[in-house]
Amino acid sequence: MECLKAEGVEDVFGLPGGANLPTYDALYDAGIRHVLVRHEAGGGHAAEGYAKATGRVGVAFGTSGPGATNLVTPITDAMLDSVPTVFITGQVRTELIGTDGFQECDTGGITMPIVKHSFMIQDPREIPETIHQAFYLARSGRPGPVLVDIPQDLSRADIEYEPASGEVHLPGYQPTLEGNQKQVRLAAKALANSRRPVIYAGGGVINANAAEELTELGTADRFPVTCTVMGLGGFPAPHEHWLGMLGMHGTRAANYAMDEADLIVAIGARFDDRITGKLSEFAPRAKFVHIDVDPAEISKNVPAHIPIVGDAKNIIPRLTAEYRALGADPSRLEDWWDRIHAWQKQYPLGYEDSSDAEIKPQYMVQALYEATGGDAIVTSDVGQHQMWAAQYFHFARPRRWINSGGLGTMGFGLPAAMGAQVGCPDDTVVCIAGDGSVQMNMQEMATCVEGNIPIKVFIMNNGYLGMVRQWQELFWDGRYSHVEMGQSPDYVKLAEAYGATGLRFEDKNTLVDDMRGALSTEGPVLVDVRVTKEENTYPMIPAGQAARDMVG
Amino acid sequence: MGEPGTKELISLEDLQAAGGLRTGRKHVLSILVENKPGVLTRIAGLFARRGFNIDTLAVGPTDDDEVSRITLTVDGAKHPIDQVTKQLHKLVNVLKIRDLEPEEAVSRELALFKVSADGGQRGEVMQITDIFRGKVVDVGKRSIVIEITGTDDKIEAFEQLVRPFGLIEMVRTGEIAISRGRGET
Repeated sequence: MECLKAEGVEDVFGLPGGANLPTYDALYDAGIRHVLVRHEAGGGHAAEGYAKATGRVGVAFGTSGPGATNLVTPITDAMLDSVPTVFITGQVRTELIGTDGFQECDTGGITMPIVKHSFMIQDPREIPETIHQAFYLARSGRPGPVLVDIPQDLSRADIEYEPASGEVHLPGYQPTLEGNQKQVRLAAKALANSRRPVIYAGGGVINANAAEELTELGTADRFPVTCTVMGLGGFPAPHEHWLGMLGMHGTRAANYAMDEADLIVAIGARFDDRITGKLSEFAPRAKFVHIDVDPAEISKNVPAHIPIVGDAKNIIPRLTAEYRALGADPSRLEDWWDRIHAWQKQYPLGYEDSSDAEIKPQYMVQALYEATGGDAIVTSDVGQHQMWAAQYFHFARPRRWINSGGLGTMGFGLPAAMGAQVGCPDDTVVCIAGDGSVQMNMQEMATCVEGNIPIKVFIMNNGYLGMVRQWQELFWDGRYSHVEMGQSPDYVKLAEAYGATGLRFEDKNTLVDDMRGALSTEGPVLVDVRVTKEENTYPMIPAGQAARDMVG
Repeated sequence: MGEPGTKELISLEDLQAAGGLRTGRKHVLSILVENKPGVLTRIAGLFARRGFNIDTLAVGPTDDDEVSRITLTVDGAKHPIDQVTKQLHKLVNVLKIRDLEPEEAVSRELALFKVSADGGQRGEVMQITDIFRGKVVDVGKRSIVIEITGTDDKIEAFEQLVRPFGLIEMVRTGEIAISRGRGET
């Protein structure tokens, strides 16, 4: 406990069990807030939501065996989205290890490929230094999940607490933080010479807390800026340089701009397959500047002509300064903007609205944007609703949009909202859930009621596993194989059973006001919003194809 | 949704395995790691995950108690190997990695061969052993055990020569290597 407090931990999520009884006994009067969850995965995703909303390290506990295996999904999710988290699992007594003891499993072995690093405690005196190292690893360089596995008998050892030394001794871990000045200058020159540049920013900008710096760079000249789904909020959406999100469900303007660019400045992004589509046809005319703290990402998918390894917060302002010093002529970008504006005019993001009371899913997001004034923390699950939320909620600030991008974990939204609310108690926290995803961690509604965590969950209910249905419609001859969710449960009754407020909205005409009402209701709220049953997310770059083959 | 957006089946010829193909390009990686439990598993796991087959692996202590050296040989094209090396660097317990080109390193391996050697054949087998500067380390009525050290080419050559006599079994340590010249590997 002392170690956690020394790291500045104020909130943890978890569920006790036999193997971590000693830890929980210490927790009883330690002065750290513990949120008792109803499933360890709920706790794990809550730790992620907490970390993404606050920028601090999220902490989750689990006991041995099934407690630890229940954490595998959140750990993998944190790995793929680079979320600074520490997972502390109990383990059976040292003499039982390897004997298939009660609730024993090889937690270290199981999680080895999905953690940034892990520690299996073998001597209680290691604990302070190990916890210190774990937190350091979780939050530095490219953030990620760190696991600490503590056998039950060792966590009961009677030792003096000796705070870990300030210095962390990890000879094999030396992240490069300062970008090479020569490279920065080269990049600035490339920008000054480019006639069709695009700035492509990802989750790394959010992790680096570099949104302000990115905005400075994006406005140092008339630079078009686009973000991945993980980077939304890194550059203010209402700004005139904003192209919209790019990628599989990004705007046509953003994807065409990438396709015709002569210089792409990638910052804190990794050229994921959702962005590039068919790699051999991706951005055929562009040279790449790649700024990232993880050298393994540079030239992984796309060759970097000007790589700069380091912390975005450190590099971006220097790039901006070097660029300004070159005094490039902004009028050279006029033709490029003419082209971009033409695309934006010809292919605006849109949908056919209903003529009656039927709520279109896109409208649901727009209504929520209006009802919250665009100023809430929004989490989502995975699927069509996630893409519509990303498209239609114009995020102006970082750490307001929290979702599972890399792993795409359904069931993420509700517990992540819970974690975000615990970390930001004064903010409105909203979860846009799909009816497929919301039941995966529904049990955490009980946690929210018991723990006074007033999240507002809006279920985009179309009775389908929407994204799968869309693919089956477009590519598999409409053979809807096992995607119908049906009508169960009655979400209003379910919410009330949990002790939360349950509401149902079915009328487009009153939706914004209904939502305002839900948002100002005290305590956790679950809203069943009935939307159009079959609606497709557009535009779309079908998997394995190029931006030019976009449909919709 | 990772699957290609089409209903058509993919023929076997079109399906190409990524990491499984052998390119015939051997890489020797010399890796310095912290001597901590589980390090070998992390490294081997990384290769397995990316579809690489580790051909040989030798691990042992260095002059520093806290540091071990792992020498492994793996088959693969340059870009994927570069990628794996970058991923290896991310492992917290990995201190240093060198991809040793054949010209810049001295490499040796030790092998033990159990060869059938009845009466008349024994002389010939021992002659071949001498030529290869090997040592006979065990003698029995029907078989002898020979120790050979050298480059992997030399060991393979010996194996080919000795097979016709009846190679009962053999065991190799896997290559170890050290850079030429004064600098550290």
